[in-house]
Amino acid sequence: MEENQGVKLLGFWVSPYVLRVKWALKLKGIEYEYIEEDVFNKSPLLLKLNPVKGQVPVLVHDGKPIPESIVILEYIDEVWKHSPLLPQDPYERANSRFWAKFAAEKLQAYAWEALCSRGEDHERAIKASMEALEKMEKELNGKKFFGGDKIGFVDLVAGFISYQLPVYEEIVSMKILDSSKFPAITNWINNFLNHPLIKEELPPKHKMLAYFSNRRNVILVQNSSNK
Amino acid sequence: MAASDVKLLGARPSPFVNRVQVALNLKSIDYEFIPQNLAEKSELLLKSNPVHKKVPVLIHGDQPISESLVIVHYVDEVWSGPPSLLPADPYDRATARFWAAYIDEKWSPLVRNLINATDEQSKAAAAEKVFEGLKLLEDAFVNSSKGKGFFGGEKLGFLDVVLGCYLGWVRAGEIITGLKILDETKTAALVGWAERFTSNKAVDGVIPEPEELVSFMKMQARAAAAADASSK
Repeated sequence: MEENQGVKLLGFWVSPYVLRVKWALKLKGIEYEYIEEDVFNKSPLLLKLNPVKGQVPVLVHDGKPIPESIVILEYIDEVWKHSPLLPQDPYERANSRFWAKFAAEKLQAYAWEALCSRGEDHERAIKASMEALEKMEKELNGKKFFGGDKIGFVDLVAGFISYQLPVYEEIVSMKILDSSKFPAITNWINNFLNHPLIKEELPPKHKMLAYFSNRRNVILVQNSSNK
Repeated sequence: MAASDVKLLGARPSPFVNRVQVALNLKSIDYEFIPQNLAEKSELLLKSNPVHKKVPVLIHGDQPISESLVIVHYVDEVWSGPPSLLPADPYDRATARFWAAYIDEKWSPLVRNLINATDEQSKAAAAEKVFEGLKLLEDAFVNSSKGKGFFGGEKLGFLDVVLGCYLGWVRAGEIITGLKILDETKTAALVGWAERFTSNKAVDGVIPEPEELVSFMKMQARAAAAADASSK
């Protein structure tokens, strides 16, 4: 059936989780219909396609919805086998999955905490972010990308470091991405942001500054009233 | 493959370690289980998982792999003969991975909150959340099993291993809270599944008895209280 064919992506313009999927689709040359969602005012469509969590991204392929950005990346890689995101060798695949999980669960969480906290919590989060970055610096180990010569799974998941972390730094006047401490990561950021397919698909910086400043303020107020 | 080729650094009470044990058993892989003292981490553990310093770690040849779900995927890919742990169809695989993420990130913290609840009111609130989650998992089971006995269909698969290895802690939680968490009046399909999972040959002897886990929890609580007192 015509309407069930093809690929749709439900997203939110500033979500790093959505961006990973957009980049993956672009790298594989997959055409898709993008549907912008207001995550603060969720549509019936979003709630129907992701009833458990009601979150973006949701990929819809031939009418079937797939939520969770990393689950979506694995799905895309399995269905469209050209330009693979994950390596072929099982040990290398395990290594990629490990570092993707680390970037998504640890570094991303610490960076968010650093943005949305004050005082001791804030200092602790900065320290944790830098310790996490140190580990990723070691893993990069002179490679152009985490995926080697080409952008791969880990690069897409860790991509938020390149464009989102500098925005956080600017908002709270903090320094996490110290180029003297993290020369490999600094190099990687340049290579990543200059990749023709990546740089076409980044949220506008001024909009991100406004959005994340606002989020920080809202969360700080919420947290102080919860105490 | 020689037994010494595959080693598993683990600790009996860990459901994450249990997952790897069940996966290896399902694939009939001989392995050496090297129990770890998590209070005093071994050189081998620190060398094999320098990033997290946690169990489980699978060491295959001389290559270490960490994170239980990463390990289970690795086992399925290296020993790719039957039985397959992950479903064959990409959409079914995505569904299984989605529920695995839900179980680990959303549902199991709810169980932990329930077990740790100190007063009746917070216990009741925590229990309600656990049951809501179980209802979702009941539906997921019905959809995934397609009338057969396991999430994986006729045989145990990925999602069975992911959820099943929490059953020891669920039973321990029932002892501690005095509540029925897996209740046949609420989630009958999951109750049946839990029975089949626990009595499966690949699970035999892996998951500690609930009483053992209750003792383990009490011991940990005492150790934490002692550490707290001595650091003040």
